[in-house]
Amino acid sequence: MGVNHVLPPLDTVGIYQRQQILQILQKTGRGHIGSAFSIMEIVRVLYDEVLKYDPHNPQWDQRDRFVLSKGHGCLALYVQLATKGFFSEEELWRVSADGAMLGGHPEYGRVPGIEASTGSLGHGLPIGVGIALAAHLDRKNFRSFVLIGDGECNEGTIWEAALAAGKHQLSNLVVILDSNKFQCYSSTFEVLNLEPLADKWQSFGFAVREADGHNLLALSNLFKSLPFTHNKPNLIICHTVKGKGISELENNPAWHHKTRVPTAEMTRLINLLMKENEKNLPE
Amino acid sequence: MRKTCLNEIYQLAKRDDRVVFIGSDIGTGTLDEFRREIPERFLMEGVSEGYLIGMMTGLAMNGKIPYLNTIATFLTRRCYEQILLDAGLHRQPIRLLGSGGGMVYAPLGPTHTAMEDFAILRAIPHMTVIAPSDAEEMKRLIPQTLDYPDPIYIRLAKGGDPVVSHPDKPFQIGQAMVLREGTEVLLVATGITTQIALEAAKILGESNISAGVLHVHTLKPFDNETLLEMLSLVKVVVSIEEHTLIGGLGSIVAEILAEANFDRPKKFRRLAFPDTFLEEYGSQESSLKRYGVTAENAVATVMGLFQETCKTK
Repeated sequence: MGVNHVLPPLDTVGIYQRQQILQILQKTGRGHIGSAFSIMEIVRVLYDEVLKYDPHNPQWDQRDRFVLSKGHGCLALYVQLATKGFFSEEELWRVSADGAMLGGHPEYGRVPGIEASTGSLGHGLPIGVGIALAAHLDRKNFRSFVLIGDGECNEGTIWEAALAAGKHQLSNLVVILDSNKFQCYSSTFEVLNLEPLADKWQSFGFAVREADGHNLLALSNLFKSLPFTHNKPNLIICHTVKGKGISELENNPAWHHKTRVPTAEMTRLINLLMKENEKNLPE
Repeated sequence: MRKTCLNEIYQLAKRDDRVVFIGSDIGTGTLDEFRREIPERFLMEGVSEGYLIGMMTGLAMNGKIPYLNTIATFLTRRCYEQILLDAGLHRQPIRLLGSGGGMVYAPLGPTHTAMEDFAILRAIPHMTVIAPSDAEEMKRLIPQTLDYPDPIYIRLAKGGDPVVSHPDKPFQIGQAMVLREGTEVLLVATGITTQIALEAAKILGESNISAGVLHVHTLKPFDNETLLEMLSLVKVVVSIEEHTLIGGLGSIVAEILAEANFDRPKKFRRLAFPDTFLEEYGSQESSLKRYGVTAENAVATVMGLFQETCKTK
């Protein structure tokens, strides 16, 4: 399957939203930055162009459900949900503080727009299969989108759920695999090799596509072509860069989870984010 | 009991399309009628308990009421985190029907004996834990599970257990049932140990000792009020359960008793399994006997405690 590995530069929104995440880290003292940066464009395209939802009625029963199974990437989701008006942007600056609505992992029933409490890996996909199955049983048109990590594919429940999704031919299930090739300790190749990843999912009964997970247009086009076939669940392997946007952070396990970054360092990083992407902007 | 339970669920499913039955990989032919009549809501999903709990949570979030049946050990231990985080944290009305709770599968060894299911499940917020005494009680329980808001674990007994529940005693999830009044001794039991408690109470009665029996079918939420009322009447209390000593019925009674701070302390013992894996094969009955979870031992324990109360007078 052909994949365009030439990564596009970040656009102004991509830069701005990453800056917001760095500010959350600065204000709150902790965050899974690398994991959030790798899914920024995926989540953004979903909320800009793909998912059906109503921020003023988050429980609207016909909405598409989006489950962030790799819950530690939640800062990217919080930024999108705030942008779309699910809650005030002010909430972003209080993540994990006393009395805060938003925490270090997404919580169902507490945060508008969050469809499942995740943080322990391997839980979101089984829940997402149940959601898709419920829609199927009731002949409803909503879809179940689940974003999983490649490190998360170490968990057995991912494969249990994949088997079941294939069996039930859940074409209303869309699994997006954030393939940034890194997990907490090191590269996924070193910790627990998943290759051949596309073949694995295909053999579990999924219709598989691959995309550059930072290419807005490629993602948008791919999502528009859903479902890929009428009788198979969908799997999109999104090739991403963990920490995408600042070269020092990219593919750097030290930035998987970061705490207490001094203000001067943060200012330097934000400047770097601007500078590095400015130089990439087309003339 | 299992057959009654599953048949009740089938009856529910016929009149309420929210009901979904899920098996992992249970005995062939189970609920065949259900499968034929309502195939879309009869799911045999394979041996994948972790996935199953998550999937059921997703169904429940969207208005379904899923009932899952498999062997109690696999239903409680393999997927504990899923029960805690998916069912518990999301507070979804999924129903877990654990076949062969306690020592039912003693012939199959320690991988199959559910000796700690009460303890681990009652530690989960929002969880309801129920152990009916017999098939007739199961019939009264299942309809109440339909609109109950929280996740429920039901421990199923072996089947063919003597019927001791009464149709005239109203069954309500969360309300302990006084099956026998007593002024001197209280036997607290759950599941099929209620039969043991009733037998012990009868034997004690023959020796002119007035023993009451409190059947606590619901271990969580626990009916503190009825227990305290019954405790206030007596001098001797013995809990009887088909469970490890750690964290089950006896522990609950001990906690409540300790915090009640009665002016005149009660004599108290727990009959349960010691802190060990199953060491020998044999039947459920022989295992209960080996660990002293019997009417005879309950009587002997009460007698011993009773004599102590006489000495301390």
